[in-house]
Amino acid sequence: MARHLQLMLRYLGTLGFLLFWLLAASGIYLYIRFDTSVAGAYDSIGELEWWFGGVLRSLHRYAADAFVIVVLAHLVRELLAGRFRGFRAFSWVSGVPLLWLMYASGIVGYWLVWDTRAQFSALATAEWMFAAGIGAEPMARNFLGADQISDRLFSLFVFLHIGLPLALLAGMWVHVQRLGQPATVMPRKLALGALGLLLTLALVLPVKSELPWDPGAVPQTVAIDWYMHFLHPLMYATSPAALWALVLGTTLLLAALPWLTRRQRLPAAVVNLENCNGCGRCIADCPYEAVTRRPDKRAVVLADRCAACGICAGACPSATPFRSVVELVSGIDLPDFTVHDLRRQLQAALETRPQNVVFRCEHAAQPAAGGEISLRCLAILPPSFVEYALRRGARRVEAVGCREGACKWRLGMDLAAGRFGGTREPHLRRNVRAERLNDGYTFALR
Amino acid sequence: MKQALRIAAQLLLYVPLMALIGYFSTAPRFSPVGETEALLRLSFIHAAQRKAACRERSPEELAKLAPNMRAALDCPRERSPIVVELELDGKLVLRREVQPAGLKRDGNATVYLRLPVPAGRHTIAVRLRDRPGEGFDYTREETVELAPGRVLLIDFVDAKGGFLFRG
Repeated sequence: MARHLQLMLRYLGTLGFLLFWLLAASGIYLYIRFDTSVAGAYDSIGELEWWFGGVLRSLHRYAADAFVIVVLAHLVRELLAGRFRGFRAFSWVSGVPLLWLMYASGIVGYWLVWDTRAQFSALATAEWMFAAGIGAEPMARNFLGADQISDRLFSLFVFLHIGLPLALLAGMWVHVQRLGQPATVMPRKLALGALGLLLTLALVLPVKSELPWDPGAVPQTVAIDWYMHFLHPLMYATSPAALWALVLGTTLLLAALPWLTRRQRLPAAVVNLENCNGCGRCIADCPYEAVTRRPDKRAVVLADRCAACGICAGACPSATPFRSVVELVSGIDLPDFTVHDLRRQLQAALETRPQNVVFRCEHAAQPAAGGEISLRCLAILPPSFVEYALRRGARRVEAVGCREGACKWRLGMDLAAGRFGGTREPHLRRNVRAERLNDGYTFALR
Repeated sequence: MKQALRIAAQLLLYVPLMALIGYFSTAPRFSPVGETEALLRLSFIHAAQRKAACRERSPEELAKLAPNMRAALDCPRERSPIVVELELDGKLVLRREVQPAGLKRDGNATVYLRLPVPAGRHTIAVRLRDRPGEGFDYTREETVELAPGRVLLIDFVDAKGGFLFRG
């Protein structure tokens, strides 16, 4: 169970994408059945057959609630892990407006139902807008009497309920632009689990409308969706101005966070053009899209995006210890921990402890013991170093990384798995056998 | 057996998640007004009188203007702020001076007030001044019976004679 929870936490952002597509798919059917008129909106939703339309409606609602939970959990997790500053600032800042786009998309969706919950939410939103002087006249006047409400209002609601999620999707695309190989598709088992959870909930607790909208009444109690509507009670408990201050203050604070808590950055990777053949492996493997091509096809590092994880150095075909050069210089390398340093440390280990050479990620569950070689990331280790160690007399070579789902640099363990498993360049040669452990590998010559 | 245990453990994880999503999706119910309360809404849009009266241009002034600009009257754009008062059972609950919209202060003035009141019989008086000076140009006083959960909308439409009470 702990592993399952850990996996779900790892895939929070990905789960957000899955929920978005669930919302889009269920929403398309609901839109087909929806009557965009004052007289027909409420009934068209009530007339949905329980076994299909009703289930899809409930799924649509619960997926929206789950989306809020997942997005907020994703935010809190990244915040607590300190993953918002430096090279991650772009992803963090581009995520802030998505919060409000998410709420706006969801809140407008509730208005389409045209029940007393919609009435409460629409009027509360309109009163909030009016307090900030948004609109030439109070938006709330549109909802005050039956004679003021026309069918065209529903066209506006539908436009907003489709347009805002599309803007949200565009924002989600921007949000993952600085990630190499962004995980936007859930592993099948987890996706089926999430879908099963929401379907079960939709069947056990089907969503129902409140009473129809009545402009002459104020609902004395409303079954509001606290995930979406919590801002409305907050406004009535304080004031519209206080809510504006809270919303704008939170937005500014979140957006400014990367610059309020700056830390010294590690020196960015550098390209040595004489040793770069333009193969592009470092570009493909960089977890933060920090390596790109020069016009002559060779690599160049965008220093402000570089995490200095060293994964690019581990991908470089020139980073092989078998090269007969005194100073081992590879095509791309970290200035503060070069592959030459790594070869020197390995040679020292082979002299002192040839029976068991251990490479250990500095973020692994256990810290490196004496005699072990500490790495910034397991994927900094070119597979040729393993073969080099075995050929130079090591009886056993071990490489230990982070726990599954806990990689400090997102892709380190996945890339190492591909390289050691022979499915990704630069891969381990066939004369070396790799055996997968919980959080690492052991190697031996065949 | 191990597989069954794993599935059971996953279900154990999913049930609280389902409960979390399902419960707060509709509960607890929120009360926008108390059980024994009604709601009074004062909401209107009104273009007030001009702040200064229009003035007739002299023939000399008209001659100086381009032919297509020779309007006989010179009317300043700025409108007067409106002053609105609302009295509930003899007690003043609102007195507000509202500026017209627009950079030149030549647009509509808008008023919106949401006021929960105890249900029952109330005497409501509203007054409006839409020109410079003292006193009020529009006044209406009504005694109304407000049931719990009902809304009384007080609108203002100049063309219909002033304040309208819509229950």
